[in-house]
Amino acid sequence: MNKLGVYVCSGCGIGETLDVARLAEAAAEFKPAVCRTHAAFCNAEACGMIRQDIAEGKVGAVVIAGCSARFKAEAFCFDHGSVVERVNLREQVAWSHQPQDEDTQMLAEDYLRMGIARALKTEPPVPLQDEVSKTILVVGGGVAGITAALEAAAAGYEAVLVEKQEELGGRAAGTRKRAAQMEDLAEAALYNPRIRTFCSSAIEKIEGQPGMFDVTLAAPAGEQKIRAGAIVLATGWKPYDASRLASLGYGVSPDVITNVELERMAAAGAIVRPSNGQPAKSVLFVQCAGSRDAAHLSYCSSACCTETLTEIGYIRQQDAQAQVYVIYKDMRTPGPYERLYREAQDHPLNFFTKGEVAQVRRWEDGRLAVTANHTLLGESITLCVDLVVLATGMVPNGTEDILKLAYRQGLELPVLHNGFADSHFVCFPYETRRTGIYAAGAVRAPMDDEQARQDATGAALKAIQCVEMAARGCAVHPRGGDMSYPAFALQRCTQCKRCTEECPFGALDEDAKGTPKPNLYRCRRCGVCMGACPERIISFKNYSVDMIASMIKAIEVPDNEDKPRVLALVCENDAYPAVDLAGLKRRQYDAAVRIIPLRCLGSLNIVWIADALSRGIDGVILVGCKYGDDYQCHFTKGSELAAKRLENVKETLQRLQLEPERLQLTQLAIDEWDRLPAVFDDFVERMRELGPNPYKGF
Amino acid sequence: MSGSGAKPVLVIGGGIAGLTAAVELADAGASVILVEKSASLGGRVARMHQYFPKLCPPACGLEMHYRRLRQHPAITVLTLAEVVEISGGPGAYEVSVRVSPRYVTEACTVCGACADVCNAERFDEFNYGLAKTRAAYLPHGMAYPALYAIDRSACREGCRECAEACTYGAIALDALPETRTFAVSAIVAATGWRPYDAARLSPLGYGRFRNVVTNVLLERMAASDGPSAGRILRPSDGREPRTVAFVQCAGSRDENHLPYCSAVCCAASIKHAAYIRALYPETAITIFYIDIRTPGKLEEFYGRVSRDANLHLVRGKVALVEENTATGDLLVTAEDTLAGRKNSLHFELVVLATGLVPQTEGLPAAFERDEFGFLPASRAVGNGLPKPPAGLYAAGCVRRPAEVSASVQDATAAALKALQSVRRSVSHE
Repeated sequence: MNKLGVYVCSGCGIGETLDVARLAEAAAEFKPAVCRTHAAFCNAEACGMIRQDIAEGKVGAVVIAGCSARFKAEAFCFDHGSVVERVNLREQVAWSHQPQDEDTQMLAEDYLRMGIARALKTEPPVPLQDEVSKTILVVGGGVAGITAALEAAAAGYEAVLVEKQEELGGRAAGTRKRAAQMEDLAEAALYNPRIRTFCSSAIEKIEGQPGMFDVTLAAPAGEQKIRAGAIVLATGWKPYDASRLASLGYGVSPDVITNVELERMAAAGAIVRPSNGQPAKSVLFVQCAGSRDAAHLSYCSSACCTETLTEIGYIRQQDAQAQVYVIYKDMRTPGPYERLYREAQDHPLNFFTKGEVAQVRRWEDGRLAVTANHTLLGESITLCVDLVVLATGMVPNGTEDILKLAYRQGLELPVLHNGFADSHFVCFPYETRRTGIYAAGAVRAPMDDEQARQDATGAALKAIQCVEMAARGCAVHPRGGDMSYPAFALQRCTQCKRCTEECPFGALDEDAKGTPKPNLYRCRRCGVCMGACPERIISFKNYSVDMIASMIKAIEVPDNEDKPRVLALVCENDAYPAVDLAGLKRRQYDAAVRIIPLRCLGSLNIVWIADALSRGIDGVILVGCKYGDDYQCHFTKGSELAAKRLENVKETLQRLQLEPERLQLTQLAIDEWDRLPAVFDDFVERMRELGPNPYKGF
Repeated sequence: MSGSGAKPVLVIGGGIAGLTAAVELADAGASVILVEKSASLGGRVARMHQYFPKLCPPACGLEMHYRRLRQHPAITVLTLAEVVEISGGPGAYEVSVRVSPRYVTEACTVCGACADVCNAERFDEFNYGLAKTRAAYLPHGMAYPALYAIDRSACREGCRECAEACTYGAIALDALPETRTFAVSAIVAATGWRPYDAARLSPLGYGRFRNVVTNVLLERMAASDGPSAGRILRPSDGREPRTVAFVQCAGSRDENHLPYCSAVCCAASIKHAAYIRALYPETAITIFYIDIRTPGKLEEFYGRVSRDANLHLVRGKVALVEENTATGDLLVTAEDTLAGRKNSLHFELVVLATGLVPQTEGLPAAFERDEFGFLPASRAVGNGLPKPPAGLYAAGCVRRPAEVSASVQDATAAALKALQSVRRSVSHE
């Protein structure tokens, strides 16, 4: 065990609020090798003292009781190899509780004991060290895929580009506006010495993990085995199935076509009426054909409005006198594309109106009659045209039968209800729920080619970053740089499969009996598996069931029923900064609450609740991120899993004749610090009303 | 792989795009110098209440970045700093950065004793002037770096009370600006945007009528750490508004103001409607728009919020806003192009959805501007525009009007372009 050093700071009001000498006495029961107090441990001289104690080998486990670990991180950054535990006496005690009060003092002494218990159970993490491949596998040879491969290669990485068609180019190659550009891009990829291209090829299987994905390809030359470090999924989109758009006239006449069909026609030559091969002299575009429609696609396909403007340009090029109509819900030409729209509107033979297409039918002269309601003309209108173009939306093409991951949790990326990859799409749009696999282009979100190129460049960076972090043996987002990882004491495993089922990132596979097979490079270090395990066989060197249990054991539980005790297990990512902020704003709350931060609420092991209640702690409150459709959990599923576990425990409580109200989960966002004191106070008040935990004193 | 001798990347701007570029680059193995002109990072997004479409707080994602910055040896953060000169070329730029004094050193513990004794006040730019702070101030609760700063221009002459009150010797009232030079291999400009000056939209009454506010002000009103602690109130009398109008394209899509579409204001107003509806269930909201532009998944958000019976969408441009001086209420005259008539309607609060202007002031001329003032070219702008030289990249709203996820996408892409420059400059040496 590491030699313990305890450093109690009296600065920032701690000394005025608390009896620091008594705190030092409380630490003495752990027989620290060094125990010091100082008016400001963060100053250079005092930090130097700690550094010297470490350098001289006097201490290895350093407990600094002062401000929150969110402050002064640079000052208290000591050599690797020493364990540093910060006890929050400032925000959580001195700034949020009555000064010179017995309850406040007891709170501080508990926190100090808890911090020491934690430090004594912590070992410095040792990074993973394996030979990793830095090759980037790019799946999909369209505009996004080619770009990802070229950009990765330009940074010095080998790339493997897999395309199911005979040639690179994807959908953009079939359009008039992009065909030439795609030829250039494809050529650049084919001649790039760092890119190996496999056309007419598909993935048969992907095994392994970041840094060591073993990819089996079905290629024309036979089966190929490739080792890759990270994967960019750039399989693009497919047009929404127009045969489901009979209400917009698809199928009524060959002269009702989709925008994809129009592009193909334009790339090949003249834009004509398919029914008779005559040039189209009047064309009507129906926007949002399938998009923004509860019966079809719930989202907007983003690119179709601008694409239509480009296609109007083809028609104009062919026939300056052609009549063009566009019926839209809203014209969406963001940013500089507005100018394209303005120019198109200025043309006297282009007619744009908001409206709803009610009917498309054949007219007597063989043309098409389109009736639209609720137009800007204030009434229904009927227009007779040669050609109707449905601006069909984009459907992501990457969630079925593409990656064929040999993962226990399924073959493909987990997706949202709309078919796009599940991610924190606001802040961290590239992250998926499969580590080392990054979606780019229209498979990730509807976008045009220009955006797809930008997107692919970003995804290539994420893939490069992943292989570099794997090479350093540390975690990627959202615990980037974390060297710790879970160890499994498998001899005690009962094959209950909870860990393999619950891991939000599919990091754990199973053998035939159901024993977990960890893939540590897929792991995001959230601790969900540790929380799930009823046998408590999963632990990190610096985070374990035993460690948190020791902290709970370090809480002194008075027999006195006037002094209830509440354990608050809070998410360290969002709830803990909110606790800090409440302190910074000097908000006061009940001194009965003992806060322990968790890596994620999903790492909650229910044994901690049993430990707390059996020790006489009156209630346990969990504070974590919002869950559900708009989840905020950094590990996507953690708080939701904690909520489920809590429901199960509540049933057990009733059998033990304990009120289920003694357990509560509160969803709290990082900016809801102003709500936090009331959350704590109300819970403590409810515990007072319930009366003491009957197990108190046992 | 970066090898020794690899020069760092300079990232200009510490908002969401700059922060993302810096962290993504550092995690990929490059070293980074992040230069931010204000006293703390986070830029415009730090001042927002929530992001659309999840209605989640920006501090959540920002804190993840700050956590990384706290422990990342490869990132140097300079606040109150501005790039004054760039020379050299791709792979080998020399940059001069002027760092203004904070007058508070790293010894600051954020105990707040300096602000407690300070009795001078300053304009609080974090709250867009809706509030004041003391001259000794912490930019906001989640500020990174977590250090106070002193606005010397607001200090009373000769006052040194804060320095005397600070028990940590963290106050240096006589500090001087310094200029630091760095050799860098690539530069990412992520200087962001500023709101279009609403006072230039004179028929809409901003600056003349107290109950006409802008969308950025509404964000501060809605924020729990904002000047009204999360209550959206009428500036004239502090009452809860019972009727609110949103004026879309206030400046945008207008050849006399901003010819482009600012891309985010529609979703922002939908979000603001959601804020108001959550606060005041009885309040009726009208959005005057030309087109509602909520691309991609934002459409689902629009669909969800607009189902509300108290939210009315009127397609038409607002021509005029007038004030009833007795009540402070506003008369909004707008077309209704679907009904084919002109209406005048009363509202208790009017919110102008002002657009985004690229923030390029002070950015060295090495970065060229397009016809709209943004940094790069894009398809709609036409061909033949000068491409920025390899080694200079732009990300986020200085490149194009963009919501957060698009800025992040941009920043990650710019990070790779910069990483390529780093690797090229190493392999050439």
